[in-house]
Amino acid sequence: MPTTVPAYGKEAAERLASLADVTAGDGALRRFLHGLPGVDAVGLQARAATLGTRSIKTTAKAYAIDLAISMIDLTTLEGADTPGKVRALCAKGINPDPTDRSAPKVAAICVYGDMVATAKEALTGSGIHVAAVATAFPSGRASLPVKLADTRDAVAAGADEIDMVIDRGAFLSGRYLDVFEEIRQVKEACVREDGSGTAAHLKVIFETGELQTYDNVRRASWLAMLAGADFIKTSTGKVAVNATPPVTLVLLEAVRDFHAAVGVQVGVKPAGGIRTSKDAIKYLVMVNETLGDEWLSPEWFRFGASSLLNDLLMQRQKLSTGRYSGPDYVTVD
Amino acid sequence: MPVFEYAPAPESRAVVDIAPSYGLFIDGEFAEAGDGKVFKTLSPSSEEVLSEVAQAGVEDVDRAVKAARKAFETWSALPGSERAKYLFRIARIIQERSRELAVLESLDNGKPIRESRDADLPLVAAHFFYYAGWADKLAYAVRGRSPLNGTSGADPRPLGVAGQVIPWNFPLLMLAWKIAPALATGNTVVLKPAETTPLSALFFADICRQAGLPKGVVNIVTGDGSTGAELVAHPGIDKVAFTGSTEVGKAIARTVAGTRKKVTLELGGKAANIVFDDAPLDQAVEGIVGGIFFNQGHVCCAGSRLLVQESVQDELLDALKRRMSTLRVGDPLDKNTDIGAINSAEQLARIRALADAGEAEGAERWAPACELPSSGYWFAPTLFTGVTQAHRIAREEIFGPVLSVLTFRTPEEAVAKANNTPYGLSAGIWTEKGSRILWMANKLRAGVVWSNTFNKFDPASPFGGYKESGYGREGGRHGLEAYLDV
Repeated sequence: MPTTVPAYGKEAAERLASLADVTAGDGALRRFLHGLPGVDAVGLQARAATLGTRSIKTTAKAYAIDLAISMIDLTTLEGADTPGKVRALCAKGINPDPTDRSAPKVAAICVYGDMVATAKEALTGSGIHVAAVATAFPSGRASLPVKLADTRDAVAAGADEIDMVIDRGAFLSGRYLDVFEEIRQVKEACVREDGSGTAAHLKVIFETGELQTYDNVRRASWLAMLAGADFIKTSTGKVAVNATPPVTLVLLEAVRDFHAAVGVQVGVKPAGGIRTSKDAIKYLVMVNETLGDEWLSPEWFRFGASSLLNDLLMQRQKLSTGRYSGPDYVTVD
Repeated sequence: MPVFEYAPAPESRAVVDIAPSYGLFIDGEFAEAGDGKVFKTLSPSSEEVLSEVAQAGVEDVDRAVKAARKAFETWSALPGSERAKYLFRIARIIQERSRELAVLESLDNGKPIRESRDADLPLVAAHFFYYAGWADKLAYAVRGRSPLNGTSGADPRPLGVAGQVIPWNFPLLMLAWKIAPALATGNTVVLKPAETTPLSALFFADICRQAGLPKGVVNIVTGDGSTGAELVAHPGIDKVAFTGSTEVGKAIARTVAGTRKKVTLELGGKAANIVFDDAPLDQAVEGIVGGIFFNQGHVCCAGSRLLVQESVQDELLDALKRRMSTLRVGDPLDKNTDIGAINSAEQLARIRALADAGEAEGAERWAPACELPSSGYWFAPTLFTGVTQAHRIAREEIFGPVLSVLTFRTPEEAVAKANNTPYGLSAGIWTEKGSRILWMANKLRAGVVWSNTFNKFDPASPFGGYKESGYGREGGRHGLEAYLDV
């Protein structure tokens, strides 16, 4: 099995290697994760709420809307998905607003593994990535060989990004090393077998609604980053509580601290339930004031969303025409 | 890609109509000062003159006290439920006019609209609502007087006329802290707002009229320190309530000593904000920032001394500096401003002098790169490291956005350093260990001890100090006692 070759740089790789001790055994990993500073829920929520009161107007709003569009992982994850539905979504991702060609394209189209080839073909030449959910998404309840096969299958079909779910059962029962190993092996399975030596980007989904506490979310973030996640992602969008501003803030802070500690930059993706421009802008403000400019690009921040795009487009039309148009002025795909 | 710069988002000034001049509010009417003296009130962010306000002299104060004395006869005789109606009405009007009042407060005081809108005004209304609720339950409010527990005596009685002098840091909120309990308990008041921030009190006078409050129950006399001194010394008042500097508080205590007047004093502070190595660090950083940079540090209970455990000092200071670099200093009316203007040229000079003393005494000064507006009074958020108990900036109240960082190694040392101050208004503890919070809270000599939070206010919670931070409590049921003969 070829090892993955992250473009961390020598110094970062060394600093990361210096953290190898903490993953040497279950006990060491638990001590490390439980030794991270705690999260005070009240204070965290207050901070997230305060960031939500930033007033983003005029030029800043126009900038934020276009940035948000370019960060969308336009998603369809339904059992009823058909090639036609996926192709329609791809067309929308390439050209979100048929009435205004200046609207930016989205970052990626996110589909189930069996739709990767269809999406890949539909997106040819667009520069838009294909993201595939894998590892028995959304429950993660399958054996490791099945999860790895699921991943390799999506990568072989051409997926540029893999969105994996962690084994929440293992995490909640304290088997952190199992979770770590699983992420590490999925990361290896992301390496393309075409001999190019490249790998699909790995996004690790925590399903924060099931982890319940902010301390757990912070530990899961570090665990995933130690195991080599390129992105950390809040949720599948398939449970009652998905991305929230406080949970996303915990991810952002973990990414910031990890970067400060080892020099490795990791991306963040809140997913599920982000439907309005106003909400999206609040997330961008959080990124801006927690991580700064470096993360304000589709390379390092994504929205996992299906209906957010239309609201962004309507707001965009409002800014350019001065009038609200309405849902019939954006496409339903 | 360009950087994400927030476009200006100014709150409109059009919602507030400031008259070119204001008189004194005595016996339900606005009137010029007897000798016609006036002074100007400025917007500290631009030095623009907002209005001219009457300077009350001896006779004016006397008239106000007499009006309050007369009104006391009928006001104190009203059933509590009737007084409550007026207070509820005032509370609702404050809510309805909160945007106007928030803009006015930011203009006159220099504080960011984000704070006047989200902190000051909701708390102002909450205090009136809270004390309105107590007005008809006074017999149950005070210790040992409950008719339900078999120890009933006479119902508690109001004191009479309250002379109240408030500071410029939270003009309307301090007014609410003073006036709401006084009226709920059946007292009448003569209030003197601070010289630099008189406008919201004058707008409040208008709200009293709008609420149909009987004449003379609330009187507002504007003026400088001399007006306040006249009011405190006036033989016609029964109770003095003062919030402000320790120096003035001591003078008031001397004036009142030997008279029948009751007195409560809320004075200065030099609070310790204590961070242990097991603290929730990100939230502690927020708490430190909120503790000292809220309201430009113009907060008597500000967490102006950061006591950090040596083992996390570097980590915490890095995080704090990074966070301070995101603070937005500038136009108070911009909704994205975090830190507004210093209230007056005098205060700015005092902050500068103390900061310079910190440097001269060997502490290391740090401030984030930030561009300050060219007009108005501004001071960048500032941090001093390497501070010891012997430094002036660790002992004297700066009353500005200046944080002094000290370190400790053990909980005992933290307690000793925290208590080693002439003040005792507030303190903060940051740790994930509940037993340590309880242990510390018992040891700290401070009126308010916050744990894993800072600068949180609630009308139901008593507030006041130990030592030179004053005596008496405001807020909560305790706050009623200060206005009752029990």
